[in-house]
Amino acid sequence: MLNSLMLFVGITLMYSTPLVFAALGGVVSERSGVTNIGIEGMMTIGAVTGATVGYYSGSAWVGFFAAGLAGGVIALLHAFASITCKADQTISGIAINLIGPGVALFVCRLLFDGATMSLPVPHKIPKVFGSLNSKAFQNLNVDVTVVIAFVLAVFIWFFLYKTKWGLHIRAVGEHPAAADTMGLNVYKIRYICVLVSGILAGLGGASMTLAIIPQFTPTAISGQGFIALAAVIFGKWTPHGAYAACLLFGAAQALTVTLGGGRFAVPSSILAMLPYLITIMILILFVGKSSAPKASGQPYEKDAR
Amino acid sequence: MDKAIKILKKPLTMTLIAVFFGFIVAGIILAAAGYPPVHSLSVLFDGVFSSPKHISNVIIKSTPIILTGIGVAFAFKTGLFNIGAEGQFIMGCVASTVVGILFDFPPVIQIPLVVLAGVAAGALYGGIAGFLKAKFGIHEVLTSIMLNWIALYFSNYICTLNRFHKPDTIGTYPINRSGYTMILGNYKTTEAGKAALAQNEFLRSTVLKTDVNVGIIIAVILAVFIWFLLYKTAKGFELRAVGFNKSAAEFSGIYVNKNILHSMLISGAICGLAASLYITGNSPHGIATLAAFENTGFNGLSVCLIAASSPIGCIFAGLLFGGLIYGGQSLQYEVGAPSEIINIVIGVIVFFVALTRIIPPLVDRFSKGGKKHA
Repeated sequence: MLNSLMLFVGITLMYSTPLVFAALGGVVSERSGVTNIGIEGMMTIGAVTGATVGYYSGSAWVGFFAAGLAGGVIALLHAFASITCKADQTISGIAINLIGPGVALFVCRLLFDGATMSLPVPHKIPKVFGSLNSKAFQNLNVDVTVVIAFVLAVFIWFFLYKTKWGLHIRAVGEHPAAADTMGLNVYKIRYICVLVSGILAGLGGASMTLAIIPQFTPTAISGQGFIALAAVIFGKWTPHGAYAACLLFGAAQALTVTLGGGRFAVPSSILAMLPYLITIMILILFVGKSSAPKASGQPYEKDAR
Repeated sequence: MDKAIKILKKPLTMTLIAVFFGFIVAGIILAAAGYPPVHSLSVLFDGVFSSPKHISNVIIKSTPIILTGIGVAFAFKTGLFNIGAEGQFIMGCVASTVVGILFDFPPVIQIPLVVLAGVAAGALYGGIAGFLKAKFGIHEVLTSIMLNWIALYFSNYICTLNRFHKPDTIGTYPINRSGYTMILGNYKTTEAGKAALAQNEFLRSTVLKTDVNVGIIIAVILAVFIWFLLYKTAKGFELRAVGFNKSAAEFSGIYVNKNILHSMLISGAICGLAASLYITGNSPHGIATLAAFENTGFNGLSVCLIAASSPIGCIFAGLLFGGLIYGGQSLQYEVGAPSEIINIVIGVIVFFVALTRIIPPLVDRFSKGGKKHA
């Protein structure tokens, strides 16, 4: 019993981690007033970069940081379109979602002899307790990325709500004109936030292909970006809310895995629906009107009144 | 000068500029990866235009995404972002397949029945997201993302049922032949019919070798109908008013929630129609186990964006999209360049579509500035 409980917790943490990174990124970007629907594409870029650099450099950490960098670079595209050019942020985000997987597979085919899968990395990201063999804790011996994700969530909460800079970001997202009057550089703050959002999404993608599975595959990132987006809305645009939403989603996945052991006569495809059904149920029961940051999705124009 | 400004401000001009840049970027990427860009692009165009067979294949490939594009565009006009087109398409496919296998009426009844099943399933599924939005205020993007996945697994579940699963495949049986909607489809079932088709050069290369079906005709009729509904009827005005300004619409006595529900129902119905026409008109005339989304609905999103949410524009944007996907195959086959370059091209086009929205204000500023100095 205790063992299966720990297995459940372990799987929950494992599945939720890529989502946590990406969702935190989403929170940061949306809080500054830029909708980021392109998380999925940024995660895919991170996933392929992490796995590729991890393979060629031999170090998972080098791959991990490269993935963050790559996510940041593609996020700059989104920032340029939505902040400088005042383009429709949804359209730009969808474009990122098209370009991301396209570039990822294109690069993968070029570097791995036309295969859509990269070769496995020699070293994955280490586990928290190293190569511990104790049976009792084996299931809880999660990847280090799980801890990083948690620390980041706490940090971003602290940053957004307990520091001056966090207040600036939230002000820019709620009422950019007022923030501008107070002497804040709206464009600069938004650029930084979108960049951070891309870096985090990239790290999220890499935490999939460097910790959970050891390589990039075409389905490595399949919908996690959208789930993370859902977690942002579900968590009411707060870091702690988004973190909890990701955990919940991970738990629903873990439930599917632990129930799928063949002890119950439920078809696997029905079980696989569970996380999504549970999410909708919870949305109906607990979440009323969601309240986005007021200026989210609207480009800021200095002259506009 | 004024005329030039007018032309520059037309949505069509913007789209053409975006498409042009899409190809430029594709050329640069191909060159950077070591493939000859001009040759590669000409192979791409040859793959689309060089024979009637290619052209009819492009039309066949485009039909479903034209329709999902129109579906997404319809919801867009009411201010709803129907990212659930994918799930509505899948549910439409499931319903059409199930009904098409279970029943076997003469074509006059069977075809409408199968199509109606798909439309109803799509409408219902879109309606769920609309209902949850109208009743509980849950963001339609949120529910749609979840519903997409539920649809995918539901479809896979249907594939495992004994009544539908075709042994030794990952899919279902095809629907009964009476539900097929290929043009001159009956000719293809007999040797004599095939011989008759083969005699005519044009029919031989278009009809005999491909699944030419009535879908595209229906798609064009629907595009015109939806345009009429949106812009020439009171209902269309209500729907657009809700999309334009919810509070103003409510203030003037329009039921916002009712229109949200209606919009999602109709949008879903159109995606369901796309699905049923796909099932009745294209082999294998059934569904298969899905490992990931096949993107027919998601591509509809891109089509809608490229078309600037115009139903008529969706026809052309869909053809462009279908042509790129189909031509991309020959790019991979003949040049060896990864066909994913097509996704990049489409992504870049959509990206520039987003960027070109700034051209009109820029042109305004430019022309005003010019006048000041004069």
